[in-house]
Amino acid sequence: MTLLGGGLLLIMLAGVPGLFCRSDEHGGERFAALLTLVGAVCIGAAIVSATRGSGELSHTFAWSVPGASLAFYLDPLAICFLLPLLIIVATGAIYGLRYWPHREHPANGRKLRLFYGLISGAMILLLLARNGVLFLMAWEVMAISGYFLITTEDHQAEVRRAGFIYLIATHTGTLALFALFVLLGPSTGSLDFPAAGTLAATGSSLIFLLGLFGFGMKAGLMPLHIWLPGAHAAAPSHASALLSGVMIKTGIYGLVRLTSLFAEIPAWWGWTVLLLGAVSGIMGVALALAQHDIKRLLAYHSVENIGIIALGLGIALLGRSYDQPALIVLGLSGCLLHVVNHGLFKALLFLSAGSVIHAVGSRQIDHYGGLLKLQPWTGAMFLGGAVAICGLPPLNGFVSEWLIYLGSFQALKQPGSALAAAVLAAPVLALIGGLALACFVKVFGIAFLGEPRTTAAAQAHEAPVAMLAPMVTLLVACTWIGLLPTTLHTLLQKAVGTWAGTVVAGVATGSVAPLRWISLSAWLLLLLVVVLFAVVRWRSRTAPRELGTWGCGYRFPAVRMQYTASSFADFLIRLFAFGLNSEEHGRQVAGLFPLRQTFSSHTPDAVLDRILVPAFRAGSWLCRRLRAWFHNGSIARYLLYVIVTVIVLLTLFTP
Amino acid sequence: MELTNSILLAVILINFFTLGSARLGACVRIVAVQGALLALLPIMVHGVTLHSTLLAAGAFCFKGVIIPWMLLRAIQRVRIRREMEPIVGFVPTLILGTLTTAGTFLFADFLPLISAHHEGLYVPTALATIFSGFLLLITRRKAITLVLGYLILENGIFIFGVLLSEALPLMVETGVLLDLLVGVFVMGIVMDQISREFSTLNTERLSALKE
Repeated sequence: MTLLGGGLLLIMLAGVPGLFCRSDEHGGERFAALLTLVGAVCIGAAIVSATRGSGELSHTFAWSVPGASLAFYLDPLAICFLLPLLIIVATGAIYGLRYWPHREHPANGRKLRLFYGLISGAMILLLLARNGVLFLMAWEVMAISGYFLITTEDHQAEVRRAGFIYLIATHTGTLALFALFVLLGPSTGSLDFPAAGTLAATGSSLIFLLGLFGFGMKAGLMPLHIWLPGAHAAAPSHASALLSGVMIKTGIYGLVRLTSLFAEIPAWWGWTVLLLGAVSGIMGVALALAQHDIKRLLAYHSVENIGIIALGLGIALLGRSYDQPALIVLGLSGCLLHVVNHGLFKALLFLSAGSVIHAVGSRQIDHYGGLLKLQPWTGAMFLGGAVAICGLPPLNGFVSEWLIYLGSFQALKQPGSALAAAVLAAPVLALIGGLALACFVKVFGIAFLGEPRTTAAAQAHEAPVAMLAPMVTLLVACTWIGLLPTTLHTLLQKAVGTWAGTVVAGVATGSVAPLRWISLSAWLLLLLVVVLFAVVRWRSRTAPRELGTWGCGYRFPAVRMQYTASSFADFLIRLFAFGLNSEEHGRQVAGLFPLRQTFSSHTPDAVLDRILVPAFRAGSWLCRRLRAWFHNGSIARYLLYVIVTVIVLLTLFTP
Repeated sequence: MELTNSILLAVILINFFTLGSARLGACVRIVAVQGALLALLPIMVHGVTLHSTLLAAGAFCFKGVIIPWMLLRAIQRVRIRREMEPIVGFVPTLILGTLTTAGTFLFADFLPLISAHHEGLYVPTALATIFSGFLLLITRRKAITLVLGYLILENGIFIFGVLLSEALPLMVETGVLLDLLVGVFVMGIVMDQISREFSTLNTERLSALKE
């Protein structure tokens, strides 16, 4: 507990010493990174010692706040979320040393480091909290620190807008959580979390819906994802990595924890989560395909991956409703493993995207091109992350998606039952995977292959070691899970046991999911790739190298003849025209010697820009009209309101 | 009892007069008469005691003499004789006043009052006077008529107060009168300011001050 608490404080307050340093010098950035590292190591050691022992760690201290107690509890479920958190926080802190050095950003460097530490500490606290008040406090600190991370560059109007939308969204979600914990309270007597599997499900529909709204808002499930693309695009890259890799997972954690409290689960809970997951997954990746801003694109991929995680959770919930231990084990293992995986590879992608942005100075994919020659390491890291996020073996994304595939096929073992419909999760997952692959072919092809499209891209430089080392660490972690998934087997099994109780006692993950075979085939595949690569390199050693990549038979190819981000994805975006409604500006060329034409396409968010903004605009117009009518400056009218109020009150309160 | 009822009926008639009259001077004078009549009520209800005599004297001074005198002076100073263009015409106001008065008589029967107050015209008259004051406030434009409306409103509250003057201490009554005085002072300043700034006493121009 000393290790845990000490590490928590070190991480949380890492940015505080920097506040006492001069704003135009290093700002205590190295000290902050050191404190974060030490804190992460402390907590890691605490986790290891806890897993060596009983696997759980519990401490409760009294607290003078009514209904609250400082109840900390470390169980395998929380460890599943803590492990990626620690890795991402530590790597992000090191990456930030060169990505956002204090000398180059004296205006906001100290603020960024302070809130980076605060949000990391708050998330750790949140994962450990077993009391409603403590949880909500950590939740709010996390939400507010997230706001300040997003608005790091608050001199830009776009960043302020993203921050504002995030603030509205997160507080709407928190409102639902307040109601949730108040409703959860009376059944347990105090605001401490009840023990797993003790609550009756009857009459808990409202609790579940509130949780789905509040936690779903943070996780970014599809209709509630409105804040996510803008916020991830606005924050500095290592903060985006933290927000996307870890913070949105706290929403998933909340849902998993909440559902673990109930003794039985109504079937419609699982179906709802499954449906939301499918919508998030497909629409998220479709919207990602249509983006031209690399960080917005990655943000929409977060929506997609949250959808995949929700699919896994939905399958596990259905398994509990229909009493299918195999479904629970596969679904929840896939869900939790994908939480870990997505945290790792999304952080890797954001960090490598940040390295590109750092070198080129733009977030538009169409401003890049040919970066693989100039930034070979960054390119390799991005490729690794892309392979992982597309769910391709031998990296980690494949393992968790494979578990969810297996889970959805398990549903078929109950012929004649409604559960069989859950098998539809498999084609949904396949569609998501295929579209994600197309999307990352687009990004990698446009950004790293071809010829530089701008002079800035032509003068790009490789990232410094302090930025590369964190990426390499993350890639190693991704590869580790991809090649040796059996190492996480015990942890996942314990976590599933915590969630589902004794129902799954007899079913081991290993018995329903061939993790060993996955591992073996991953090694073989890796070997094959390495051999093929070596052969190709060896055979092409004599080939001429001065040819342009996108020759296409043209005599004088120009840089502008390359595929652009919008033209590459055009075919797929047209398929999803019903949900995307891309706007196209510009005309087609006509005639033999056409004049100069421009073309651009833009895809606004399906929910925020198409529904919410017009709806709120209409609402505010209506309210303005109403106010102008009510509040018109005529004293006689105001007095009339008084008398009408008096009359109404008199008639209402006269028996 | 007969005398009290006739006083209260007179009060209601004066309400109607103010609602239907355009002449400001006459309105101020008749409201002064209303105040003087009301000053008799404490003595009628509670007999001649020190408390009721003080109350009556105070009400007579303020409602019957001082405030009307100040208002008359204000009229002379700003040279206004008539309420020329009310928001709602005089006849409709009068009809509305009649309807609300009838309404209060019906409504008073439903109020959960003690039996002593159920008989007599006190409660309906009080309500009718309050609503007449409100009506005047809503339908007129000139600041002076508005002050008159406030005065009539206060008179209505005073009728209620008379019923309760034994239950409530003298301080409450004084508070009512002081409220009124402050109100008149404020309105006097406002009137002064309005006529200085806009060269008119139409409160409509005040809407130019809204945000």
